[in-house]
Amino acid sequence: MSLDLSGRQYAHVDYDEKERLFDEVKGDLRYDEYLYGCYECGICVAACPSARFYDFSPRKIAQTMAREDVDLFYTLLNDSVWDCSQCFSCDVCPRKNSPGGLITLMREVAVKNGLASAQEALEGYGRVVYKIMATGTQVSPDMLQANAFPDWGPHVKDIAKNLEYWRKALPPESMNTTETSWQVDDKTIIELYLIWHMTGVMDMIKEVDEGLFMILQDVMEEKLEDAGYDVSFD
Amino acid sequence: MIPHSALFNKPKDRTFTPDPSQAPTEDYHDILDQLEKEGEWEVHRVPEPYIEVKNKFGRTKKVPVEQTWHHKSCGQCGHIPGYSTSVFWLNRKLGLDYNDPTDQTSCTAWNYYASATSNAPAQAAVAMRNFAAAHETGYFPIIHCATSFGHYKEVRQQLIHSPELRSQVRKILKKLGKKLIMPEEVVHYSEWVHVMRDRIAEHQVIPMDHIAATIHPACHYHKLVGEDAIYAPEVYGNQRSAIITSTLQSLGVDVRDYSTWFDCCGFGFRHILVSRDFSRSFAVQRKIEVMKEEADPDILITHDTGCVTTLDQSQFAAKAHDKNVGLPVMSDSQIAALAMGAHPYKVLQLHWHSTDSKPFLEKLGIDHEKAWAEFEQVVDEIKAGERQSVTWEEVDV
Repeated sequence: MSLDLSGRQYAHVDYDEKERLFDEVKGDLRYDEYLYGCYECGICVAACPSARFYDFSPRKIAQTMAREDVDLFYTLLNDSVWDCSQCFSCDVCPRKNSPGGLITLMREVAVKNGLASAQEALEGYGRVVYKIMATGTQVSPDMLQANAFPDWGPHVKDIAKNLEYWRKALPPESMNTTETSWQVDDKTIIELYLIWHMTGVMDMIKEVDEGLFMILQDVMEEKLEDAGYDVSFD
Repeated sequence: MIPHSALFNKPKDRTFTPDPSQAPTEDYHDILDQLEKEGEWEVHRVPEPYIEVKNKFGRTKKVPVEQTWHHKSCGQCGHIPGYSTSVFWLNRKLGLDYNDPTDQTSCTAWNYYASATSNAPAQAAVAMRNFAAAHETGYFPIIHCATSFGHYKEVRQQLIHSPELRSQVRKILKKLGKKLIMPEEVVHYSEWVHVMRDRIAEHQVIPMDHIAATIHPACHYHKLVGEDAIYAPEVYGNQRSAIITSTLQSLGVDVRDYSTWFDCCGFGFRHILVSRDFSRSFAVQRKIEVMKEEADPDILITHDTGCVTTLDQSQFAAKAHDKNVGLPVMSDSQIAALAMGAHPYKVLQLHWHSTDSKPFLEKLGIDHEKAWAEFEQVVDEIKAGERQSVTWEEVDV
């Protein structure tokens, strides 16, 4: 699908709102290390995997931010940033820009502000967010189900069928687990929950997926209470 | 269009010698020390014995030999468990002391690069909590995942340059009863494999001098804060990161070049989980097919969670479209362990991989049918309740 850069699709959004989001990206402590201008040489595009398969350009990201083109920024914020592979091949930039880094900041602002495009991009991703925030390991052996990874081959079905026994057959005792990638101490999980609480990450989750927020809230508050912490994520 | 043969006709002896005094970036070692003097944090020193190597700009990097705290990878342990098992097996086989912690969380960077449902203070706090946990044990952190490795270097840069972030993270850690500890080096496990390659080769029992391989260097290893990556004059004249290639060459493997070596694998973080059409297409069309056409390797070796996953698992669906696929994929830890005689299923856990590795095992003279029967025997015993697990002693051949 080609990217509509005319801005017509977002003409109804107030310029002030677009500028507020732009300033939020610009205000991040990492911004000044990710952007130094743009030679418009296109080396980042040549190195970019997403540019080969999508109508996506890391150069447009750097140029738009450098020119402070607020309208185009808003278009890219909604219709482009989720195509990025976050491989940072674009760090090859001779001007020392990091278009991938700028995209990280833009995505963060999109999530924090609950943009519909961010919610759409993260549809189907809730289980992964739950795993990492609630259990301390992001992907787990029990995620390997044939209906989730049909394109990976028939071995996925074998793994799912034999999961409990194949995990016990792993020599590292820490990996004899099915719901997490390795055994994580309760004390460690508590510390992770406290980090989420002290850094406002749960507020971001609430903006993009209220149902997931409520599930995580129940899990975390109960465990923290059991550990003697009076913590609320509201 | 430039023919790809032009790529291979370059002079082989062209070596670049970096001058650290001309490096375009600051030396993080000096800043870590300065901030320690100012009381901003404590630097966790690389324990002796260590081996010194050169990074991209010719600066010295210390890689610990033992007393390592293994910061595991969620994707490796969860979906490619033979990857991490092989790292531990190598340490055991070489008689080295290590720590496999349970006081460790994932770096959470896979999720961060995929969904952005986090922020700089949270990411830095997760990293520094893990580093503090390592310091408490007296073991030095060694990072299994290239994304964790790359992200932790990003975090280090952010903490170096932002007193505000340092203050914020220090306060968070204080509430957790921990100090702000910065490791002297951020070390990737494949750097440890690199520095141990001659010792690994001394223990080699499976000859590999008739094997051809291609390698894929992980983006988050050599592109993301790329100055930490290890380079060596004997590997592409200091012009590409040395690890993997150096290890394979020590094992006698013929490492073959291909034109898209710099390309990403197609993992994409969010794409591999919820938009895999992109990952599959990129991995097959820009990597696997190019390698097969230009280099005709027996095996593809890489050194990261996402790269093994994408390059291996993407090949199955491509078979339906008559794509030129069927290239087995392993990590450097797995092939090093295999060379030293590790069991292909009890240690390398190749049954978790998608692409058929049996022809490769046959070329090495390994009886995979016998090996699989041995693994199944163990699993049957676990199922029957005759045993609970597999001990290290059983696989320490």
